[in-house]
Amino acid sequence: MDKDIFQGYKGDALEVLKKYQVRVWGTTRVETTRGTFEGTVLPRAENDDDKHIVIKIITGYNIGIDIRNITSMKETGYKKANYKIPEKQFPVTPGLPKVKLFGTGGTIASRLDYRTGAVIPAFSPGELYGAVPELADICNLDTEKVFAVFSENMGPKQYIALAKAIGKEIEKGIDGIVIGHGTDTLHHTGAALTFMCQNLPVPVVLVGSQRSSDRPSSDAALNLMHAMRAAGHSDIAEVQVCMFGPTSDEYGLLHKGTRVRKMHSSYRSTFRTIGDTPLARVNRNEILPIKKNYNKRRNDKNVKILPYFHDKVSMLYYYPGMSPDVLDAMVEKGYKGIIFVGTGLGHVNKELYPAIERAHAKGVHMFMTLQTLWGYVHMFVYDTGRDMMAKGIIPAGNMLPEVAWVKLSWILGQTEEPGDVKRMMLTPINDEITLREPYNGYLVYQGGVPEVEEFIKKVHK
Amino acid sequence: MSFNPRYNYGKSLKESGWIPRRKAKQQDYNRIGFMSGLEVHQQLLTKEKMFCHCPAGIFNHHDDFDAEIIRHMRPTLSELGEYDGTALMEFRTRKEIVYRIKNETACTYEVDDTPPFPLNSEALGIAIEISLLSKLNIVGEVHITRKQYLDGSIPTGFQRTAIIGVEGELAMPKKKIRLIQLSIEEDSCREISDIGHRRIYKTDRLGMPLIETVTYPDFVNPDEVMEGCDYIRFLNRSTGKVRTGMGAGRQDVNVSCRGGSRVEIKGVAHTKWIPELTHNEVFRQWSLLRMRDFLLEKGIDKNNWKTSNCEITENLDFSKELLKTASGKGIKLIAVNLPAFEGCLSWFTQPGKTFKNEISDRLKVIACLEKPNCITSEEIDNPLDDSILSNVREQLSAKEGDALIIFAAAGEDIKTALETIEERCIMALEGIPEETRKSLSDGTTIFERVLPGADRMYPDTDTAPIPLEDEYIKKLESQLPEDIIDRYNKLKDWGVPEDVYTYIFSRNLFPLMEEIIGKTGVKPSYIGAFLGHELKFAEGQSKNEGEFNYRILLRLFEFLKEQDYDFALAEVMIKDLMKHPKMEFESILASLRHKRVGRDEILARIPFLKQKFAEGKKEIDELKQRNWVMGQLKASAIGNIDLQELSKEI
Repeated sequence: MDKDIFQGYKGDALEVLKKYQVRVWGTTRVETTRGTFEGTVLPRAENDDDKHIVIKIITGYNIGIDIRNITSMKETGYKKANYKIPEKQFPVTPGLPKVKLFGTGGTIASRLDYRTGAVIPAFSPGELYGAVPELADICNLDTEKVFAVFSENMGPKQYIALAKAIGKEIEKGIDGIVIGHGTDTLHHTGAALTFMCQNLPVPVVLVGSQRSSDRPSSDAALNLMHAMRAAGHSDIAEVQVCMFGPTSDEYGLLHKGTRVRKMHSSYRSTFRTIGDTPLARVNRNEILPIKKNYNKRRNDKNVKILPYFHDKVSMLYYYPGMSPDVLDAMVEKGYKGIIFVGTGLGHVNKELYPAIERAHAKGVHMFMTLQTLWGYVHMFVYDTGRDMMAKGIIPAGNMLPEVAWVKLSWILGQTEEPGDVKRMMLTPINDEITLREPYNGYLVYQGGVPEVEEFIKKVHK
Repeated sequence: MSFNPRYNYGKSLKESGWIPRRKAKQQDYNRIGFMSGLEVHQQLLTKEKMFCHCPAGIFNHHDDFDAEIIRHMRPTLSELGEYDGTALMEFRTRKEIVYRIKNETACTYEVDDTPPFPLNSEALGIAIEISLLSKLNIVGEVHITRKQYLDGSIPTGFQRTAIIGVEGELAMPKKKIRLIQLSIEEDSCREISDIGHRRIYKTDRLGMPLIETVTYPDFVNPDEVMEGCDYIRFLNRSTGKVRTGMGAGRQDVNVSCRGGSRVEIKGVAHTKWIPELTHNEVFRQWSLLRMRDFLLEKGIDKNNWKTSNCEITENLDFSKELLKTASGKGIKLIAVNLPAFEGCLSWFTQPGKTFKNEISDRLKVIACLEKPNCITSEEIDNPLDDSILSNVREQLSAKEGDALIIFAAAGEDIKTALETIEERCIMALEGIPEETRKSLSDGTTIFERVLPGADRMYPDTDTAPIPLEDEYIKKLESQLPEDIIDRYNKLKDWGVPEDVYTYIFSRNLFPLMEEIIGKTGVKPSYIGAFLGHELKFAEGQSKNEGEFNYRILLRLFEFLKEQDYDFALAEVMIKDLMKHPKMEFESILASLRHKRVGRDEILARIPFLKQKFAEGKKEIDELKQRNWVMGQLKASAIGNIDLQELSKEI
């Protein structure tokens, strides 16, 4: 009961509200040692202190009142907010492709959550149509909430659930699939679904937003339009991540799920294809291919769903002076697979060697990836590399560390036979290892260099 | 054709009761129910911006930028689950917003590619000080709120703002102004251009901290609004912690007449423009209400009133101008019939403007049609040819008493333009639309946006509330300057002439003045007049206005006292001092060829000069004689003897 009436208030602040019998959403007049305040009592975020009461004053602003200054308080009315994204029937247009949107809890459309003071997603096709009516010109949309977790809480269980859901939709004859997803681990999911959903006949597009959709400048609406365009109309039947190309509202990029990575904590253009070029550009109206070779859309339903995942695989990010007991501890705790993220061409210090030997002896599968992200592991160049290979660490080419972790987990979910594991790891499913690194696969321009500045002035970053 | 637009304009002007401001008296304003309140914006003098560590107060030219970013804004729901009217209007305009960024003054925060850093504590402190001076009730916890702006003036689409205090008051000499609230907020971008569907901004000013003081609508005439605004600015400046100069202080003025609506005149840069703007606005509303009565008397039912339209395909002469400004693919010439609206399109609203302008302004802002964007059946200067008119009317099956608007546009803009015209006409049947208007230098205003309401507020989910403890408030309270009204009363008691108060307060010279009086013993009325007359004049003549450090004046008066000069010597020195603030006082005197002459020596010359004046005169006018002798002695006397005393001696 209290929970509803005094939403979010606790401790001393809750006592004050109870004492004066003022409810959340009640309009109130508060007398304090700092003067009189009038407004509507709002719920309080769970993590905020218990020394203040929040009210919305008539001008629409919120303010906090220190309960220690309150001399009296009176409820003068009650008006509960009805927060609802206007829902409109999503129209069906003959001739447009059928697209399924899976919700996982990302911030495509969202509303305020007083519990955390942050935003929570809203989702149905009707709500989406209310918020982004342009979608109706792109496709016929159906949505399904597969689960609701924040990006950082996405994990093996969710990958498997999504893979199965994708299989089901393809079976039903969908033209394309969009997955709304928090951005933090979008690339992990991109890799997992690439391995779990093979031989796709239709596009599977992962999309998120870097700015929640409760702000006017959000990238959510445009990302969603781009993703729907790609899912419904594109010829590229692969697992892709669709996010902003430049930070401007101009076009999106379609990245392969196995080569994409989030590279900035907050930029809109945070997702980049590493060591290669993206698949294509996409705007509201068309797909502009960049790569010539990709898996083409087909009319059959011959997708292979391989929903496996082993949860005893870990990553070891090497730092100078790392002590071998870190590795020993992992082995002791039963980890079966370890992805090393080494320095330079793929190195760790000599002190780790005995621990590596011990792990190898216990049958732990170990692969080397790179902190540099760009480039290949080359363990033949220096002695250390050769030593490590001799001790059982296998170089993983130019596979991104997170992708290697996902792939090893997926493989160990199927087999633990060392030969098979090695063969599967090193046989690319969709360019997680590429034979060549194109020259324009590595472009991190340095600001301040006159030529770069000249370029940035003309081309939106 | 019996209808005469020019005659109609004059007639409607008369009916509105419009008079020039210089002829308006309080009873005129009382008659139409003049009501006005202020929102005074003041930039704070901080080193850094409000939510990031970019430097504040560094500005660049339009063409000097390092990168451009493009954004489109979409309306979102308010906290209470409503869409805001302005937001929806801005969305209809479908503007592409371009931001020009300079690396020096913009980081990833400005362009909304990084969440905010903690609120600038220097800014918060200044805002609380000014709130305390404004006798506001200080909040217990500062909550950052997002105020939606879809015009693109802020790349996030909202301004981060927070209330510091509510319910205060400010004393003016004859009246107390009640204050609604004071908020601290981040400044917006500066607009470079706005043409068609593309609006360009620069981000140098964006994110600088400012405060907004909001008054109740207590002002009853245009001059009082200006006075109130001045006093709020004086108060802000009395802290010495706010920015001055072009654009550092701007105000929005809310005006309505009896039966009218709150209209906000935005971004008035100079307080002296306020009287003319508010005068014209209150009469614009009053006149539009008379027009509403005129329409309702015709028996129009606003629920069933509708426009009709058709495309004009003939190549007509008059359309050339419209087609020249129109843009887009597939431009069409559209005629719109406004049933029973004859007499409205030439109806007086502001000097030289009619109801047609109300529609034309909205076509520009909402439908993005560049001006001239329409021609009507009631053009005053270049009326349309009767034969053309009747031709179009026929196509539209127009009836007698209908009015006509013709515009040129393409694609989606046509639909928006048609909606805009119909919408504005229906509003005319209801009353005055709540809107924000942009001020023009001739004292008139044009439509800018639909007035946003409380629905555009949303809690900022990126920042935590900031508690304001009692000890912190007490500490700030202990360092406040005295109230402006107390200073006003002191100046009055000292006999300082009233015409210099504005100068002293607006330059925040009062503290310096008190210091000079305290340290040198100069007469307050003298130093007051010196600052408000001599210093102001010298400053007006000088090219380094705004760069002169007034504290030099303290040293000047101390120097005069030490050297036993009469203080009046400052009047001679100020002009050169303003030009060369680093020059030694002695050197200034030398360059002025000033000589020290003893008092007795000067007095000794009087008899000789008197005799010289009298030479060859039969009768001597004593006053003329005294003035002449004064004139002869002044150059050498100044600084060496008190001139009043000298005059007495003569």
